[in-house]
Amino acid sequence: MAINWFKYSAPSTFYGLAGKLIPFFAWPAAILFAIGLYIGFFVAPTDAVQSEAYRIIFIHVPASILSMFIYLIMAGYAALGLIFNTRLSSMMAQALAPTGALFAFISLWTGALWGKPMWGAWWVWDARLTSELILLFLYLGFIALQASIEDPRRADKAAALLAIVGSVNVPIIYFSVKWWNTLHQGATIKMSGTSMHVAMQQAMFMVLVACWLYAIAVALARVRSIILERERNTQWVSELPEVKYEDGGAK
Amino acid sequence: MNKLSLAGLLGLVVRRDLLLAMRRRADVLTTLIFFVMVVSLFPLGVGPEQDMLRKMASGVVWVAALLASMLSLPRMFSADYADGTLEQMMLAPQSLTVLVLGKIVAHWMLSGLPLVLIAPVLGLQFDMSTQALGMLVLALLLGTPILSMIGVIGAALTLGLRGGGVLVSLLVLPLCIPVLIFGAGAVEAVNSGMSAVSNLALLGAFMIFALVFTPFVAAQALRISME
Amino acid sequence: MQQAPILEVKDLACERGDHRLFSGLSFALGPGELMQVQGVNGSGKTTLLRTLCGFMQPVQGKVLWSGRDINEWDDSFHAEMCYLGHLNAIKDELSALENLRMSAGLAGYSVNEKQAVTALRRMGLQRREHLPVKVLSQGQRRRVALARLLIGDAHLWILDEPLTALDVGAVGLMQELIGEHLSNGGMAIFTTHQPLQVSGVTTRLLNLS
Repeated sequence: MAINWFKYSAPSTFYGLAGKLIPFFAWPAAILFAIGLYIGFFVAPTDAVQSEAYRIIFIHVPASILSMFIYLIMAGYAALGLIFNTRLSSMMAQALAPTGALFAFISLWTGALWGKPMWGAWWVWDARLTSELILLFLYLGFIALQASIEDPRRADKAAALLAIVGSVNVPIIYFSVKWWNTLHQGATIKMSGTSMHVAMQQAMFMVLVACWLYAIAVALARVRSIILERERNTQWVSELPEVKYEDGGAK
Repeated sequence: MNKLSLAGLLGLVVRRDLLLAMRRRADVLTTLIFFVMVVSLFPLGVGPEQDMLRKMASGVVWVAALLASMLSLPRMFSADYADGTLEQMMLAPQSLTVLVLGKIVAHWMLSGLPLVLIAPVLGLQFDMSTQALGMLVLALLLGTPILSMIGVIGAALTLGLRGGGVLVSLLVLPLCIPVLIFGAGAVEAVNSGMSAVSNLALLGAFMIFALVFTPFVAAQALRISME
Repeated sequence: MQQAPILEVKDLACERGDHRLFSGLSFALGPGELMQVQGVNGSGKTTLLRTLCGFMQPVQGKVLWSGRDINEWDDSFHAEMCYLGHLNAIKDELSALENLRMSAGLAGYSVNEKQAVTALRRMGLQRREHLPVKVLSQGQRRRVALARLLIGDAHLWILDEPLTALDVGAVGLMQELIGEHLSNGGMAIFTTHQPLQVSGVTTRLLNLS
């Protein structure tokens, strides 16, 4: 069966499709979060070296992984929008940015919570932590640029260019921070040498998948509001049942 | 009437920006004074112990240079944008990339080069050794053009926006971190008796990389902003 | 073989923000032809001219120069046109002469002092060549900007309100200049709120409202 993918790249059709898809991502995300965190906090054994404090990694590691992947995906969408002038991909990039920034923030926050019992300090200039901070700055720059340009077409293109420049820079920044860190002999995060327990692996994996599903669900929900906002003057939006209802309520 | 060659155009843009700057000298001087002030404020903030000052000198000078070059970025295109000259530049029959390159060269000569020249004097405030001072100048000489090149992209993207000045720093500063690390690292290497060759080589590599890509990217950014 | 220079607009539609300014606009402009774009304020005259320059992308339709989409042209399309916008594109700090030589340079021409002085004199700026532009009046600044038309060999003139701030004598001079340009096989499209008559040429009217 041939699916007409092109049809779904139009905001008007994607709006409905996204609405139908959201529950399929949101519910599994919630369930996996619950199970994964339960295993992580209650089933997984206590770490020999780090005792109970290590359990924060079940949130910290998935959040860090997501924050990096989302930046690349966002830059990819933005680049597609810039090159092929497809409005929907630019909207997806815009929808992903706050989620990515949130994960970067969670990663920093949990990193600090973990650092206090481990290193005795809330913040240590560790290479990965520093890179994560810079990644958060890059997200904030993208969001700020997009927000300060009123014309959405210019905003999309400008933010796309910034995201592309940023993604070229991310590896350079990462390696320079790493190099800087080794030079200054700072602390480095090392998991305790023993291999991870099966329950730990399971918990980590479940939370990671849950984070992915959550990110997709939230991005879809956000892209729906972006579509509505941008297409507010079009015929199809005024014919949506939810919009009609709003109009009726105002009377 | 003769047609102008690419090199001629490059020269023209640079000459034009330098001429304009000479007629409004205050703009160049404010950046320089800002740089001197920021660097001089640090000892007042952290205390006059010479050991500590010597240790932090290169970092302080580099961060101040970074901030000073951010300060002059919004002006890079704003006057040309406001009076319509930028429109004429976009209609130039030669490539916009070359025009942007000219802008970068002029920006560096007006806001980067003065910092390089005054840096040794500021280094003396921090009791830096002669070798460290030499390395500081060398590293700034390699690094400040990169700051101008990365900065021009931010300046082009934020053209004509309200609050563009703060926004441009927000966009550009994170991208400049590698330059800061290797620039300040070069001086530190000298201080600790190691070779700074790898730092300088990396800075040089960044410069070539930036030289190849940033004028083109900034030209695209200008096209986006002018639409 | 190179096709004769001709500007064609096919089924053009432009928007500003969410607002559709005009749509289904088609016309062609050939050598020796003059077109005046009319319309009330906000009808999209400036947007049309900026789209013809390639600053803005139309929502629909295309602009062709000598049979090719202007987006497919390399920068050599720009060598065949001269655009004069609302803004004069001159620097207050520079003299009239420096301004003209710089803008000629940006347009790709290397102009010596004598040629530039001749052009400025033609625009009625005798003894003003070396004054910084900031001491000149609005009308004189406009004249400095218009002097750019005398430099170079552009086929297509795109003029947005060229007569703003000009006195009667300068308006007459503009009519003369456009007349010469057209008789040399050039073409021009312009907007104005003042009457502009070029002898021997029927001005085609394009109404946007």
